[in-house]
Amino acid sequence: MKSIYMDHAATTPVDPRVLEAMLPTLTQVYGNASSVHHIGQEARKLVEEAREKVATALNAKPGEIYFTAGGTEADNLAVLGVAEALKEKKGRHVITTGIEHHAIFDSFLWLKENGYEVTEVPVDEYGRVNPLDVEKAIRSDTILVSIMHANNEIGTIQPIAEIGAITRAKGVYFHVDAVQTVGHIPVDVQSMNIDLLSLAAHKFYGPKGVGALFLRRGVRIKQHLHGGAQERGLRPGTENVPGIVGMGKAIEIAIATMREEAEKERALRDKLIAGLLQISDVRLNGHPTERLPGNVNVSISYIEGESILLSLDLQGICASSGSACTSGSLEPSHVLLNIGLDHPTAHGSLRLTLGRQNTMDEVDYVLNVLPEIVQRLRQMSPIWPANLIQEK
Amino acid sequence: MQYTDKVLDHFQKPRNLGQIPNASGVGEVGNATCGDIMRIYLSIENDVIVDVKFQTYGCGAAVATTSMLTELVKGKTLEEALLVTNADVAKELGGLPPVKMHCSNLAADALKVAIEDYRKHQKGE
Repeated sequence: MKSIYMDHAATTPVDPRVLEAMLPTLTQVYGNASSVHHIGQEARKLVEEAREKVATALNAKPGEIYFTAGGTEADNLAVLGVAEALKEKKGRHVITTGIEHHAIFDSFLWLKENGYEVTEVPVDEYGRVNPLDVEKAIRSDTILVSIMHANNEIGTIQPIAEIGAITRAKGVYFHVDAVQTVGHIPVDVQSMNIDLLSLAAHKFYGPKGVGALFLRRGVRIKQHLHGGAQERGLRPGTENVPGIVGMGKAIEIAIATMREEAEKERALRDKLIAGLLQISDVRLNGHPTERLPGNVNVSISYIEGESILLSLDLQGICASSGSACTSGSLEPSHVLLNIGLDHPTAHGSLRLTLGRQNTMDEVDYVLNVLPEIVQRLRQMSPIWPANLIQEK
Repeated sequence: MQYTDKVLDHFQKPRNLGQIPNASGVGEVGNATCGDIMRIYLSIENDVIVDVKFQTYGCGAAVATTSMLTELVKGKTLEEALLVTNADVAKELGGLPPVKMHCSNLAADALKVAIEDYRKHQKGE
């Protein structure tokens, strides 16, 4: 059976050109980038080249890029790092939204439990933040605003530049979780007035286990790991040279091909959405236009997400859902609840995220098999109206 | 989700799926908020379950456990059927992932509710 992978927001396959760039660092240029000898210095050179590529992609300076072990670590370092650095000097008030990725959401939860005051600015039914709400929430003791660039579940893109203009004018640090957007839509830390930004290589066809934090020059944060002088002491530990080199190559390719990839994904996305909305009692989750090029998220009434995923998987299609069964807890996705969905609607969510290898034929295949799956599961479901009528 | 082949088989080909018109007893557990609803229909003659059908809203485990339960109790007396536990259902399916043991393994509870429903009607007659 052919595999159709439509879960690119979860992770992407490594681009063969990225793998090719990484391989020599495992067996030939295996040196510790901190070593004085030539094998170490060759590794150092590769790390610094990768740093330049990441900086260029974000319109930052190489000295503002700190490599981490992934997006979650970069998010934690940014949020907790600013909070700890400024709690005595300026205050303990922080601002975020209720639809952040758990790496941010749970970091703010930790702050709340540790003497910080957290304001969650609201989002509308599409998951969009109103920049004016951010402006209203900022106080004299506000030390950080953290808002994601685009949502990992519903794909909604936030007005980051507008929010950045406000935080800059108010003199408050602005962190952006750009894990879903770097390499997919334009990110510019200068024009967007971003002070800290997180990214992860495996979301743009790089390897897992490597990410980066952009930290604007002059922004002081407190480190969390203690060890060596790597990454200017902010993130000690021997550099993950293969990962970093892979990330550099991946971001270079992603930026070079971004425009055409986005255009292709948008066409696939829009066809998929239009086709899914042909099925009765299906709603689109997220913004109709301010939306990641590859993101499709719908709720299918009367059925539950995990059984949709299992049924799709049996047909070779890889997707995801925000139902409780797939969140690993008893609650469905906080993102879907926060945009106002009730529990059953959130349980019936289906996310299909497109990428480089997807084709129109694959979209057609999904649109061909999904109505049958929905029909089968609805016929099983005691909450499907047809089944309710029959009962009494 | 790490499901056994038996779970997947029952999910793909549920046994005794559907409704029984004028059932002797109907039992339902769960709710749409938590994401699982299991409904069991019984046809009972002389205290024997002569037919059983189910409908389930929920995850793969929810569907498979209800399907398996109907197979386990069909043809049994009510007393025998009441001895079937949620743990028995999971065991017959070759086990369930730990997170599924509680939230999605309630089919035996739905059966108990259906039998109570039947007995209530009996007393009322």
